[in-house]
Amino acid sequence: MTTAMRHKAAQKTGVDQFLTFLRVVLSFFIITGLVMFVLQQINPDNPIAARINPDATGLTADQFEGLVISGLSQGAMYGLIALGYSMVYGVLGFINFAHGEVFMVGAMTGMIVSNKLDEAGAWESNFLLSLLFIIVVAIVCSTATAVIMERVAYRPLRGAPRLIPLITSIGVSFLIQNISVVLLGPGAKSYPTLPDWLADKRSILFFEIEGTKIMVLVVAAISMAGLWFLVERTKTGKAMRAVAEDKEIASLMGIDVNKTIVTTFAVGGAMAGVAGILWGILFRSVIHTTGFLPGIKAFSAAVVGGIGNLGGAMAGGLSLGSAESLAPLMVLEPWGIGGVSQLKDAVAFLVLIFVLLVRPTGLFGERLSSEDRA
Amino acid sequence: MSATMEPTSDLLGARGPLDQDWRKVINYGLLTALVLMFISLANMPVGLDSRKIIEPLLSMGYISLLWVPAALGYAVTSEKVLEGMVAHKKGARELVAGLIVGLIGGGGLGLLIVLIDNFDLRDPLVNWSPQLLALLTFDEGIGYGVGFWLMAGAALGLFGGAAHVVSATVRKVVAAAILWILAFSVFETVISDISEGIQLEWLADELYYVRGGLSQQGAVGVAVVGILFALFGREHVREAKQSFQSLEGEKRTRANAIMLGSCVVATIVLPMVLGRITNELLANVGLFVLLALGLNIVVGLAGILDLGYVAFFAVGGYTTAILTSSNRGESWPDWMPHTHWFVALIVVVVFAALSGLFIGAPVIRMRGDYLAIVTLGFGEIIRLLFLSDWLGGFTGGAQGVTNIPGVDLGFVEVKGTDPRAIFYLVAVFCAFAIYVSWRLEKSRIGRAWMAIREDESVAEAMGINTVNAKLLAFVVGAVLAAFSGAIFAAKVGSVFPTSFIILVSIVILVVVIVGGMGNIYGVIAGAAVLIGVLGGPKQPGLLAEFSEFKLLIYGALLIWMMLKRPEGLVPNVRRSRELHQEEFLQDAWLKGHVDTDDQDELGDEGGVAPA
Repeated sequence: MTTAMRHKAAQKTGVDQFLTFLRVVLSFFIITGLVMFVLQQINPDNPIAARINPDATGLTADQFEGLVISGLSQGAMYGLIALGYSMVYGVLGFINFAHGEVFMVGAMTGMIVSNKLDEAGAWESNFLLSLLFIIVVAIVCSTATAVIMERVAYRPLRGAPRLIPLITSIGVSFLIQNISVVLLGPGAKSYPTLPDWLADKRSILFFEIEGTKIMVLVVAAISMAGLWFLVERTKTGKAMRAVAEDKEIASLMGIDVNKTIVTTFAVGGAMAGVAGILWGILFRSVIHTTGFLPGIKAFSAAVVGGIGNLGGAMAGGLSLGSAESLAPLMVLEPWGIGGVSQLKDAVAFLVLIFVLLVRPTGLFGERLSSEDRA
Repeated sequence: MSATMEPTSDLLGARGPLDQDWRKVINYGLLTALVLMFISLANMPVGLDSRKIIEPLLSMGYISLLWVPAALGYAVTSEKVLEGMVAHKKGARELVAGLIVGLIGGGGLGLLIVLIDNFDLRDPLVNWSPQLLALLTFDEGIGYGVGFWLMAGAALGLFGGAAHVVSATVRKVVAAAILWILAFSVFETVISDISEGIQLEWLADELYYVRGGLSQQGAVGVAVVGILFALFGREHVREAKQSFQSLEGEKRTRANAIMLGSCVVATIVLPMVLGRITNELLANVGLFVLLALGLNIVVGLAGILDLGYVAFFAVGGYTTAILTSSNRGESWPDWMPHTHWFVALIVVVVFAALSGLFIGAPVIRMRGDYLAIVTLGFGEIIRLLFLSDWLGGFTGGAQGVTNIPGVDLGFVEVKGTDPRAIFYLVAVFCAFAIYVSWRLEKSRIGRAWMAIREDESVAEAMGINTVNAKLLAFVVGAVLAAFSGAIFAAKVGSVFPTSFIILVSIVILVVVIVGGMGNIYGVIAGAAVLIGVLGGPKQPGLLAEFSEFKLLIYGALLIWMMLKRPEGLVPNVRRSRELHQEEFLQDAWLKGHVDTDDQDELGDEGGVAPA
């Protein structure tokens, strides 16, 4: 018995040692990469930088600014999606894998409606109003998708073993993607061109920012403020927070738990709908798999910021977006890794793994009920 | 669990035809209409029209519509009879409900016909087409089409409702006729292949029309045989099964050996009588059986939801490719030999085990859902690395590795151009995997996995080293998947990053779940049914016309299984008890076997108050 126990203890530390080793190696990799990048920026000819990757060119200030801004605008989009993951995880304790598809539905709806508006001529002549209109329509469709999803697929599974709703949500995600394929066709579809005045660069503070990115950041900020107001200042929000804390006690306090859960899905869906339009503005192209990667990245953002923590989700989105856009050039290239822009998606996953290894509760701490904390 | 008793005056007798739960009936009707419209706009009727079932009467295209009103007309009045409840008598009420559901559904299709005729929504909805209109109206004009679908919907709904009313024998006969005709139509390729292989071409010629589909006399013949079997044969089969199950000791062992022997003989003989295409299909099924058996150990036994399972498939494929191919990436040093496939296989096992450890170790402590996403991330990272320019010198980047030789066995070279040989190779590995799974399941470590699956903290408290056990599950799963990858590389002759997308993981997961998590037979059956009939992520199945829709069907199937039958088609007894614990408890409670202290175990959903 004692030998078995000792054996067990030894094995456990084996895995732990490996994890510690991984943590150290990853941290070393990131920090050294950053240091080398800085050295290279200071003087491209200095011996340390030149030895490791003589081809590295470093970044000019303009390039750096551009990367930061595009990282932030994508990050704002991830943040909006991440809110949905975070809220649902807070309330029901499972990852709604299909939330990325809710986002895709928003982007698709925006594509359809904006093209119709473009045909009618309203897109050119009255852009801001059209934009507002497609945002509203996308919110409606995404919210409907999220609510139907909850009603059909998740509500019957409350109280089922943990992995069952997760597997179901994978099925839902798969189903929605393929519904889009069979109804709208498998090819990529594009948004109408944005008006020229929007694409122009404007200088704000020290930055030269493209109009589209300003718009993305502004829309994201407004949505976030609206959500913050809803959650922190209204009765509905109070009910949501109470249900996230403890469903049973909340229902004893007279809160309709079912209704609150539906509201949570609806609000998350609305945010994903807005994010879908932002995607449309940023990339102007949408396909049925559009929801997959941003969805996973947004989940990573939610974890990075601390799941269940709404401010954290937004901050996590912004940091993940910037990391994804900066790290390939600032961490990977100094190590002599070629073709770094292809590894952008891998970086997002590495960030997730790194955060889970180093600080599993996220940068800003998770807010979960005790039963979900497991 | 929707077993709420409706407040009716007479609980046990037949209820009047208008004593309906109207809201439910209308909802089901609208659902029928919606599903029919969706299926039409999803292009199923047009896309599947070329696949005939009975030439020239019926095609898969029409079947894709016809089953809906019948199924929902049946479902609207079906009730779940739990222990302690008495079923209602069936009568006119069921017929009326079915009729209304079907009528509303047919009305939905009629509405769609009118809409297509009057509006053009082709811009977002790609299948909003004249072909669809022509198919739905039989080229006879709008009025005819609307009328037809109203009538057909009503008739089919009535048919569905009637299934409740008629006697069991009638139900059995009709079901047998339909199922046999469908089965003979789906397995058309296999059946004509076999009959050709055993010199019975005339039978196939008699059964099937030249360009596919049962001939009319063939359909009648099949239906008659099916009905006869249902009426007289099935009892014998059941008796034989029972007498087999009641065997004990020596006799049971001998019977088992005979069964096993006949399975082996069938596996060896069947490919010989089958043609190329069918063998190719079998080889694909075999590859997925191997993958699914591996994932079954990880998900089914140990309860770890590994969504990046394709990574190990990729490791197996790429390792084999790089070691055996003459056209691998140019960055490899010259001294690295081009090895034989079996030598490569040893390296594959080592690499797969290492990658299992490497991916497993960081995630093993995470909670189940984080683990799923992180493994998914690993799966994507590995694919992106194989695709990247950075490692392109070693892995060929997007061009992949080509010119992978087959497996040289001395007397024959097993390669993709000979699917029969590939199938035998896969079968050997499947047999190995089945043996390993079977032995592991019955072993100490297998019981440890199941304990972890049921409750990790309890398992740990019982002295199980959960970290080691979970890592081992990862490693075993990884090695089996890598075997499949190695055979895949030799079969296809090239590996590309696009062969290893996340979709593959998900499809394997669907196979395992639909078949029955934790059950070896279930997993094999799941792979055979899904991959064989519908097809894999890129491989066509028997119903090649379905390739456009198979992923849609997979998604729907996954949700439906999780909601209605999470234990799968061929369930593992223990797993199914875990999943239905509440119902077992409830039944036991209603029977009075559980004392009332356990009532809170029943959960809030199961709150059927005793009468």
